[in-house]
Amino acid sequence: MNSEISESQALISKSQAFWQGAKVVFTLPGLMLSGAMIGFAGFAVEVGLSRFEAVLMAGMIWALPSQLILIGSIFAGAALPATFLAVAFSAIRLMPMTAALVPEIKNSKTPTWLLLILSHFVAITAWVYSMDKTRDLPRNVRVSFFAGAGGCIWAFNTAVIGISYGIVSDLPLMAIGALFFLTPVYFLMTLWRSARDYSIYIAMVFGLILGPVFAQIWPEIDILLAGIVGGSLSTLIYVLIERSKGENP
Amino acid sequence: MTYFSSDAWYWPIIYIGIAGWIATDMWRWFGVIAGNRLKEGSLALLWVRATATSLVAAVIAKLILQPTGALSEFNIYLRVFAVAAGFAAFQMTGKRIVVGCGVALLVLLVGNWALNFQLITRTW
Repeated sequence: MNSEISESQALISKSQAFWQGAKVVFTLPGLMLSGAMIGFAGFAVEVGLSRFEAVLMAGMIWALPSQLILIGSIFAGAALPATFLAVAFSAIRLMPMTAALVPEIKNSKTPTWLLLILSHFVAITAWVYSMDKTRDLPRNVRVSFFAGAGGCIWAFNTAVIGISYGIVSDLPLMAIGALFFLTPVYFLMTLWRSARDYSIYIAMVFGLILGPVFAQIWPEIDILLAGIVGGSLSTLIYVLIERSKGENP
Repeated sequence: MTYFSSDAWYWPIIYIGIAGWIATDMWRWFGVIAGNRLKEGSLALLWVRATATSLVAAVIAKLILQPTGALSEFNIYLRVFAVAAGFAAFQMTGKRIVVGCGVALLVLLVGNWALNFQLITRTW
C-alpha cells in the first residue's frame, strides 16, 4: 500500500463509498427525518392530497419547508407564478449549501451533468453528513459517497411517505418530542466537528445568534439573512485575523 | 392557473413540476455552477462555506427555539441549557457526538422531570 495514503484513506472502491454514504438513512437524524416524513404524509392526508401527490411533492422538492409552503400556496388558491415565487423564495438557502458541498466532493474528472443530477439530493441531513465524512475519504470516491448518502435517504424517505400515507393518521411520533430534540443537537456537533478552520466556528456562532434575532425582526427570510450576514461577518473577521498574523487567507 | 383550475390528469404534475421542482432545484443548479468555479483556498469559497454554515446554524437554532410538535412542550430555557450541557460534554470528551447527544437528552429529561415535580409540589 502507498505509504502516503493514511490509514483512514486506505483504498476504497466507489461502491464501498456509496454504501458507506447510504448509512446516513439509519443514523439518528436520518431516522428522525423519516419520522418527519411520516408526519408530512399524515398532513397530506389531512389536507386532502392524494398519495401520488404527496410522493410527487416530496420526491421533486426534497426540502420539507418548501413542501409545506407549496401545499399552503396550493390551498390558498394561488396561481402558478405566485406559488413558484413563494416556493423559490423559501429554497434560496440550497444554493450556498450546494456551492459549499461541490468543491468538497468533486475531482477534476467529475462531469458537471453528474453534479447537476446529484445536487437534487442536497438537503440538510445528507449535507451535514457528507460535509463531515467526505474529508476522510480519497477524492475520487467522494462523489460516490454523496450519491449514496443523498440518493438513498431520498429514495428511502420518498418510499416512507408512499407507504405510511393513510396508515399513520395520528402521528404518534409527535409524542416523542425528546427524540426530535436530538436532531438539532446532532447537527450542531457534526457541523462543529467538520470544521477545517476556525472561520467555521465563527460562522456557526453567528448563525446560532443571528438566526433567532432575525426570526424576531424578519421571520420570512430569517434563515437566509442569518446565513448571508453571519457568513460575511465571519469571513471578514477571519480575513482580518489572518492578515494581522501576516498570512494570506 | 391555480392548482384546481384544470381537471387534466397531468395538471398537478405540471404545477408541482414548475412551482415545486424547478423552484427548488434551480437553486441547487446555481449552486453547482457557482461551486464548480470556486477554487480551493480562495476567498470566495471561504465566504460560501461560512455562509452555508451560518445558514445551517440558524436552522439548528430554529429547531431548538421554535420547534414544532411535542418538543415545544419542554421549557425553552431548559432546551437551551440541555444543548449547552451536551455541547460541553461533547467538547470535553474529544468531540464524541454520542456522549454529547446522551448528555443533552439526559439533562432535558431530568430537567423536565424536576420542573414538573416542582409544579406538582407547589400545588400541594
